[in-house]
Amino acid sequence: MTALLSLKRVSKRFRGLLAVDGVSFAVSAGDLFAIIGPNGAGKTTLFNMIAGAIVPDQGSINFAGKPIGGLPADAVCRRGIARTFQIVRPFPALTVEDNVIIGALLHIRDVGKARTRAGEILRSLDLFEQRNRIAATLTLPDRKRLEVARALATEPRLLLLDEVMAGLRPTESDRMVAILRSLNRDNGLTIVLIEHVMRAVMALASNVLVLDHGIAIAQGKPEAIVRDSAVVQSYLGAEPV
Amino acid sequence: MAAKTSASFVDPFIRIAVSLFEDVSRQTIALLGILLASLLIVPWLVNDYLLTVLIVVLYFAFTGQAWNIMMGFAGQLSLGHAIYVGLGAYIAAVLFARFGIAPWIGFLAVIPVAAACGATIGFLAFRFRVAGVYFAILTIAFAEFARIGFDHLDYVNASAGLFLPVAQYARNDLWHLRGNPTMFYYVILAAAAFAFVVCRALLKSRIGYFWLAIREDEQAARAAGIDTFRYKMAAVMISAVITSFAGVFYAFFYNNLFPEQVFNISRSIEIILGPIIGGIGTLFGPILGAFVLTGLAELLNAAMAAIGFDLPGAKQVFYGICLLLVVVALPEGVWPWLARRIGVSESRQ
Repeated sequence: MTALLSLKRVSKRFRGLLAVDGVSFAVSAGDLFAIIGPNGAGKTTLFNMIAGAIVPDQGSINFAGKPIGGLPADAVCRRGIARTFQIVRPFPALTVEDNVIIGALLHIRDVGKARTRAGEILRSLDLFEQRNRIAATLTLPDRKRLEVARALATEPRLLLLDEVMAGLRPTESDRMVAILRSLNRDNGLTIVLIEHVMRAVMALASNVLVLDHGIAIAQGKPEAIVRDSAVVQSYLGAEPV
Repeated sequence: MAAKTSASFVDPFIRIAVSLFEDVSRQTIALLGILLASLLIVPWLVNDYLLTVLIVVLYFAFTGQAWNIMMGFAGQLSLGHAIYVGLGAYIAAVLFARFGIAPWIGFLAVIPVAAACGATIGFLAFRFRVAGVYFAILTIAFAEFARIGFDHLDYVNASAGLFLPVAQYARNDLWHLRGNPTMFYYVILAAAAFAFVVCRALLKSRIGYFWLAIREDEQAARAAGIDTFRYKMAAVMISAVITSFAGVFYAFFYNNLFPEQVFNISRSIEIILGPIIGGIGTLFGPILGAFVLTGLAELLNAAMAAIGFDLPGAKQVFYGICLLLVVVALPEGVWPWLARRIGVSESRQ
């Protein structure tokens, strides 16, 4: 079975710091894949390389059978990979609806049809009532969902989510979990997420990759990962009891 | 059969015309109607001096609208728009003075030059990631380069200036842009109205949305799949071409061209003041800003003449203070404030 996304020995160095060190993994179509690890483990750097925001120093990134490593971010998005940012970046002075219309216009040339599509996406993310509000005035949970909405509007085959649960209260994060699960199960969308909220990871992920100091230290099913001694050590800094 | 063909040919134009007004509120249509009607009858109501003042107002409404495409829509600060005015003015004037080519034909020659000039500046900036204030400096550099270049270009009489033949015309000659202020008034009114309609159509279209995305957050725009280089290039080129028509008008209205004047950086600043005062990124802002600025200057003139105060430079100082007060009191511009006061919305819903 061929993977939708596969990375082979991908590395990135920032001056003296080897942020990502020879990381390899594969994500199958329909997977809900989580990347976890302590702060500074290189998760966001890895994401930025997949999404085209930064160019890897070494290694190859393949998406749907074609190399995408080093492509600019807009080209990666047009190939079918959409992303959200760890620190949310909606278009602040525009309305919620216009934010999503911009995403939808990538593949829909007609503004009217893009607005219709944006309306559907906003409904599915419980943002339709807020569509005429200016994005900058939304609460953080709403802005996080707006980022997901804008990313979805570009009709991705793979969605990269960088800490969409961070800063959310448990009830809000449960709502996000339900939305993501529905997107994955009902729409067949492949999702890769970076996440610190282990509750969400355990509830969602079918596969987990653990990064520490730029190295992939473990990979597998979530239940197995939480018992892995290397993982426990990297999080708690002690030998397992 | 023939009727059907012509109907299908006209159809897209009708659809565009209808779509231009479909989302506009009644208040806005009423406001536009009143504005246009009063501007149309103005030549019968005012003297030649006031008409000339209004020509200047509409000229800045036009150039402000064109500049706004780059800054207000796509977020790219140009401080060198005089270069497009100057190129348009010189090309059309030379073609008319030396070869007798009508300015409307001359403008067809101006279009590719202005577009190429905009594309050169855009390519250098966007390809090599020159952004923000550095981009602004690049646009100033190009305008200065053109000023110094034309100052030494003997073919256009260098610093001695280029003059268009002025004669007493028995009637207005619209084709050659020779005539009285009333004719020039209607030409620049039509141009300003055209620029307004074009800007509105652009803003409502796919490219307009992409420009706003780039203005708001370029990295997020790229993450949404927008080829930001391509759309920024489009913004510079469209803005350059529209601005260059102002140059054609300038040459035929004033009949004289000096590189030191037409390419001067103060000309570029004049262009951007209107939209800044009126409201960057809005459609009515550049128009309102042009009225406020020129109106203010004329009021100051009249007031100082009335009280007999004629200290050199005093007018400029008062003008500067007034602008400062407007910017401090209404940082988003006069139009967004006024629109809220009169209950008109310019949003695209």
